[in-house]
Order: sequence, then C-alpha cells, then structure tokens
Amino acid sequence: MSNHQTTFLNGNEAIAYGAKLCRPEVIAAYPITPQTKAVEKLSQFVQDGELDTVYMHVESEHSALSACIGASAVGARTFTATSSQGLLYMLECLPYAAGARLPIVMMNANRAVATPWNIYGDQMDAFYALNSGWIQIFVESGQEALDMVIQSYKIAEDPRVMAPVMLNIDGFVMTHTYESVQLPNQDLVDGFLPSFNPVAHMMQDDQPMSMCISAGNHHNQEFKVRQHLDLEASMAVIESVGQEFADAFGRSYGGVLESYRAEDAEIILITLGSVTGTARCVVDQLRDSGKRVGLVKLRVIRPFPTAQLASAVKGARVVGVFEKDLSFGYEGSLYTNVNSALMQQGVFIKSINFVGGLGGRDVSQADLFEVFEKLENADATLAAGAVHYTQMRCEP
Amino acid sequence: MFELRWHGRGGQGSFTGAKLIGVASVLYQNRFAQAFPSFGPERRGAPVLGFNRISSTPINDRSEIAKCDRMIFLDDTLFHTRYMADLKPGGKVLINSQKTFDHPDIIVMDATGLALEVLGRPIANTAMMGLLAAMTDGEVSIEAIRKALASDLKPSLVEKNLALLDKAYLKGLELCAGGQCDERL
Repeated sequence: MSNHQTTFLNGNEAIAYGAKLCRPEVIAAYPITPQTKAVEKLSQFVQDGELDTVYMHVESEHSALSACIGASAVGARTFTATSSQGLLYMLECLPYAAGARLPIVMMNANRAVATPWNIYGDQMDAFYALNSGWIQIFVESGQEALDMVIQSYKIAEDPRVMAPVMLNIDGFVMTHTYESVQLPNQDLVDGFLPSFNPVAHMMQDDQPMSMCISAGNHHNQEFKVRQHLDLEASMAVIESVGQEFADAFGRSYGGVLESYRAEDAEIILITLGSVTGTARCVVDQLRDSGKRVGLVKLRVIRPFPTAQLASAVKGARVVGVFEKDLSFGYEGSLYTNVNSALMQQGVFIKSINFVGGLGGRDVSQADLFEVFEKLENADATLAAGAVHYTQMRCEP
Repeated sequence: MFELRWHGRGGQGSFTGAKLIGVASVLYQNRFAQAFPSFGPERRGAPVLGFNRISSTPINDRSEIAKCDRMIFLDDTLFHTRYMADLKPGGKVLINSQKTFDHPDIIVMDATGLALEVLGRPIANTAMMGLLAAMTDGEVSIEAIRKALASDLKPSLVEKNLALLDKAYLKGLELCAGGQCDERL
C-alpha cells in the first residue's frame, strides 16, 4: 500500500505513532509500566520536532487527566496514557471528563491491580472504570491499536457523542510485542480526521464562561440520563466510523464486535483483547477436526453491544466467556454483562465463565482447548454460575 | 510457523537479538513476525527469554512459545537437558560455549570468543544470529539479517557487527558441512 509504510513496532509504539498522526495539541502523561514506552516515544517525537504539541510531564496520573480536562475544556485535542494503579489514582477525574462531555482519548495498558503488587497484564483495571461514562474499546493487535487511536478521536469528537474514549491494550502481551504494523501516512489520517473545532460547551478566549458545571437535585438526573442515552447512541457512531475507516484505510475490524467462524457454531467463546488471537488458532484447529466452534470478540464494552451480541450467539448451544478479570465475591464482570445482554434479548443459552491470565499468567492454546472441551460437555458436567479458572497451580 | 526462543541473561542482548530477527523477517524478507521478551521488570544478570514467531501468513497466537524450531542459549550456564523436550521434531539447540555437548541436536559455537575477537566485547547475540542463519536457510536469511543490523544498530556499531555476523555465518556453514547439523530447514 503506497499510502502506508511497513514497520515493525510494539504495541506501545503503535499507540504512540497513532496518537502522533492525530496531531494532539496537548499530551499530559505520567509514565507507568507497561505503558512507559508509549509516553517516552511521544516525548521523543516532541523533542525531535516531529510532533508539535504541548507535552506536559506531570507529577501524577491524577494531574495527567486533570490537565487533559483543562485543555479539552478550551477545545484542544488531548491525549494521555495510563495503566493499573495509575488508572485508579486518576479515577476521580474520569467521571469529571465524561460528564463535562470532553472528547479526551486515553490509552490504558491493562495491568493487574495490587495487592499482591504485580506489574504484569490482566484486565481488572479497566473494569474499575466501567461506570465512569467513558467509551471502552479493547484491541487485539498492534495494527488494531494504532487504527483505533485514529478512530477514537473521530468517535469522541462526533457532536452526537462528545465522550472520552479509553483504548485498552493488554499490558506486555501487546505493549511489549513487536510485530508488522502498516503505518498510514499523515495525509491519509488528515483526510479522515480533520482538526478539532471547539464546540459550544468549550470556552474560547473571546467568549469567557463559567466552567464550574453544577446541577442540584432539580436537574442532575436529567444530565445523567442524557449522558447515558448519548453513550448508548454512540454505538451507531462507532460502527459508522469503523466503516468510514475501512473505506479510507482498507482495514475493517467488524464493528463493535467480530464474529469469527461463529455463524453455524454450537459452541461460542466470547473474548476480550489479545487472547482473541490465540483463541482464533484454537478455533481453526477444532474446526479442522469437525467441531462446530466459533468465537465472538467483543471490541467495545461501553457502550455494551447488547443486540449485536445476542444476534451473534443466538444459534449456539452454549457460550463461554473468557476474561482476565474477576469481581471478588461474584464472577467475572464481563460475564455479568454478557448474561444481562442475553437475558434482555430473550436469548436463553447456557453460559459458562472462565477466568484466567490474571497477573500476567500466560494463556496457552492448551488452556483454550481445555475451555472448549469443558464447553462441549457443559450440559452434563458444568453448573451454570460456577466460575472456572484456567491453569490453577493449586486447588483454590 | 517458525518458532525461536532465546535464552540469556539481562544485558546479554537476547531480546535485541529477537528484535533484529523480527526486523529482518518483516522489513527485509517480506514475512510476518513477532518478537517479544519474557515479560516483567528488566534485571541485569537475571535469566531472561526472547521469543520469535515467523510466518508467511499473519500471526495470531499470543501465547509464550513452548515448542521451538530453534533455541539459542547466549549463556551456557542457563542450559539444562530438560530444555531438549521443548524442541519440535527436527529442532535444534544452539549454544554459545567453549564446552562440548554430546547430543545430535545441539550445535555449539564459541560466539563470545568470536565477539571478543571482532568487537572486543563479549556480546554474543550477533554471532549467534550468524549461526542461526547458517542453520535455517530460507527461514531467516543472512542477507536480511545484514540489512536489519545496518538499519537498526547504532551507526558506529554496524561495521564491526556485520563483520562478526559474516564470520559466525561462515563458521556455522563449516559446522554444517562437517556434519554437525544434519538437517538445514
């Protein structure tokens, strides 16, 4: 492709190049493993004169997002990146950004949460922010990561959406893996993503306004419900932006979710993030041996693609949900969301929760073969509601 | 799918080696590749791993590599016979050592010696890439590795590393001609 250059980048670099191509006017960030290389790379771009932006090396994640909120509130395109404890430290600011309808884009390198302290990857951090009003996207490859930075701005800045986007990428498994990435040229990105023009709720020099948004009990509920309805409606924008991106760049990821060999499948595994790739390999091998299995990769979990998911799995006999996440005292949070969606849509299929890959544990093909084997025999042997753990080193 | 695992100690360049093999494959051999380290904090001297997957089609698998076509040991103190079980059929172990290892699937080269001779420093990864190329004709070509070194190393290091690479490559071909590697991929 002449409007692309073949590169060999890790996930952090892919995100950094994606952000650079979007020409953010303000970047405020604090480095944290495993996101560090992304913000270092952006800092390097600025140092080398390749990126004209105000780069604020702040003293904490709370300040990073606060700075982005300030900059976005006056109409600047902003970028930040975080992970794990850093995300939790800035958590207070997340609903501020979302409620103020600021189109900030943030990378979150998914990483385990303490205690025990652990710098490796899992997806528990993102779920703490599920209710914050941010759009949450998960990616599977370096290419998808880069492409979704570009799409994230287009989605966030759409006047119908005006919501911040958290772009989740698995810590280490994605952030530290180098692979082939097609780097689009600047003209292509500029054509797809015009510069951002501040909208009415953003302050301009010649139009001072009070930005202390406060709503008491007479109006607060209306704010919140409107915010919720707009986030639900952003689903259509996410899908149309994906289509527009496919037309311009020649790469499509299938909308808010992707069905892989699931059309006639009797067993479907639902996945999130990079484990999807390994699951594809397992599905291919099981298909070769005649098993009717497939997978559904959830690409967006806020807004939650309720109808799309129900439609994608309705023909199956059993579905599994694999997640690197656990809500203590209940089950994996993705599983809770999936079950609610299927119930609402009148799709009553046995569903089983698999939790694994916590704190950086490798998820192998063998683990996923075992998951599919359990699903195949689910009617006879597995009780609904029980959480199954892959690769335990000892009995829980 | 060609799968390669590097064993070394932090600071010996096992991940740098993996990354250069990835660059060679993707940018100069028009293939798909992954390069990733064993994940976690970086610690000088601690045992670390580097991983490469190389294929003519896009690579989806995101798990660690358990079964290898080639294993490279930059440090012979890290080798143990239990690793032989991690080889695929026809796989080989390449060890940087002055010792001898009595096993048909183990190829030994004194890469540190070659590196000291050419670079004046005991950094063995470039030499082991030369041996790898000699033993995996087609999968990772010597020409592609040459281009990767030239494009990715600090300019001041390129010339000597290319000399070291070629020297190790020729040495590897000699080992193969001498019957040490009975099968070239």
